[in-house]
Amino acid sequence: MFYFLLRRFSLMVVVLLLVSIIIFSLLNILPGDPAMLILGQESSPEALEALREKMGLNDPLPVQYLHWLTDSLQGDFGKSLRDNNDVTAILLKKVPITIQLAFMSFAIAVLIAVPAAIISATRKGTSLDYLSTFFSLSGVSFPPFWLGILLILIFSVGLGWLPPSGFVSLAENPVRSVLLMLMPALALGIRLAAELTRMLRSSLLEVLQSDYIRTGYAKGLMERAVVFKHALRNSLIPVITISGLQFATLIGGVVIIETIFSIPGIGQLVYSAILARDFPVVQGAVMMMAFSVVIINFMVDITYSILDPRIKVGGER
Amino acid sequence: MMEQVQKGEITSVKTEYPRIRLMKEMLQRLLENKLAVVGGVFTILLIFLALFPGVVATHSHTEQDYSAVLVPPSAAHWFGTDELGRDLFSRVIYGATTSLKAGLISVGIALGIGLPIGMLSGYFRGVWDEFLIMRITDAMLSFPPLVLALTLVAVFGAGLENAMIAIGLVLTPSFMRLIRGEVLAHREKEYVEAARASGLPSWRILFIHILPNTIAPIIVQATLAIAAAIITEASLSYLGLGTQPPTPSWGSMLSTGQGYLEQAPWLGLFPGLFIFITVLSINLFGDGIRDMFDSKLK
Repeated sequence: MFYFLLRRFSLMVVVLLLVSIIIFSLLNILPGDPAMLILGQESSPEALEALREKMGLNDPLPVQYLHWLTDSLQGDFGKSLRDNNDVTAILLKKVPITIQLAFMSFAIAVLIAVPAAIISATRKGTSLDYLSTFFSLSGVSFPPFWLGILLILIFSVGLGWLPPSGFVSLAENPVRSVLLMLMPALALGIRLAAELTRMLRSSLLEVLQSDYIRTGYAKGLMERAVVFKHALRNSLIPVITISGLQFATLIGGVVIIETIFSIPGIGQLVYSAILARDFPVVQGAVMMMAFSVVIINFMVDITYSILDPRIKVGGER
Repeated sequence: MMEQVQKGEITSVKTEYPRIRLMKEMLQRLLENKLAVVGGVFTILLIFLALFPGVVATHSHTEQDYSAVLVPPSAAHWFGTDELGRDLFSRVIYGATTSLKAGLISVGIALGIGLPIGMLSGYFRGVWDEFLIMRITDAMLSFPPLVLALTLVAVFGAGLENAMIAIGLVLTPSFMRLIRGEVLAHREKEYVEAARASGLPSWRILFIHILPNTIAPIIVQATLAIAAAIITEASLSYLGLGTQPPTPSWGSMLSTGQGYLEQAPWLGLFPGLFIFITVLSINLFGDGIRDMFDSKLK
């Protein structure tokens, strides 16, 4: 177990290093001169040169990378080129908003997916099963931003129940905050629900064929007890692993959904920073997203191996 | 099986070549899958639209008519008109070309890079495979796909061509992984050993012997990747970094449509509906192909 942890951990460190190299090199081939962005087009060449020297832009790239990496590891992602604020401070302000959105989407997804998958798997081959399979395939095929637009059309333009966009923090007004975030969370959650339903259905179907389930039925347990107490628990294990991988897709969806509904979270921050060529913010935010994906997958792997001791070291494929 | 033997059906099939029989069986399995057939029919229709948009479109897709701005759907304009008085139906039809082109070319790029590297990596293994290819794909897969595509487009510059390159690069690591895994599983099999023992060069073993045996999962993955690429291209265009005006693209149509949801909801409806139908058809078809291959070839 110790060696498994050690190996898995060192792999994670290597991947994190590569992630940081990719982000750094990507943004250093981006056209545009940060010094000119800060000082403006009309600044004198001497002033530009002085700022470049001060920002370390004249050092060779590997040196710049090492500086950037050591700073980032200490939680210092530099300053935004747009308003000279600390990138770390900006990120910390945005993270709770995105976490609220992600949490609500995930809750919606689970609320839809678990009943749908159970119905589908226990009534396999019936029209209910086909319906649920068709809906989950449709959910996967929905472009997330169109789903957002449809929700606005239905709930804001059509029924007038919800405001089309906007954001209030949880601390300020919890009820309104949740209401405003309902549509964006639905737009992300429905898609996630579709994927979860598909995975949970096939995992449940497999578990329902195992011997201990037959034993459960044979000793006269109610179907409810068999499905909920025995089958569902065991079929959740693979689903949890895949949900870890889904996390990356969820974060990607956040960018577009936050833009549609003007929610000032990490996603909108990345998008606006890319448009404004604000490198330090893009680097910091993308780095944080990728790191959270890597770390979540690491934790999922660890939990998985604790839950299921059959998982052994070096399951590479 | 027994019943077939008793009825004498088995003997009648024996005269056919096994490969033709296998293909017949697979085709039959595909045709029995109703959802896959529907998906396939729609996919073919969409390919037709993409190849010959002029045949179906009722108007020019670029001509502006300021006397007919934001007209609701009618007999003259089936999907209504947009904020510049252009016929939305014709624009949506021409948008199919952009979407399918983006899907095909970006998956082509991903295959072009991922296939050779994945094959070599899985066949020769070693330090390159373990420490370079695998870790780099790990790292690339840790980025949210859309964020990576956005950043790449920001580096290359906005536009359809660059968006296709970016999407292709984002899709590459998953192809590399899949192909590497397949080759890894096949390299220990007897037929490969036999080929090696008879002194065939590695490239011949790889491309003439192993590749045809791994083609099924690659086709399935490629089909599903085309659907994902179409959504990503639409997302990038929606964010203003993909296809640039005046080229019609479903994503950018939706982005302008969002500004007119109150006055002209049809602008936010039809382009999205077409993305949805396209992606759903390709997904249904791809799932059907997977089931078709599944019980025989894997």
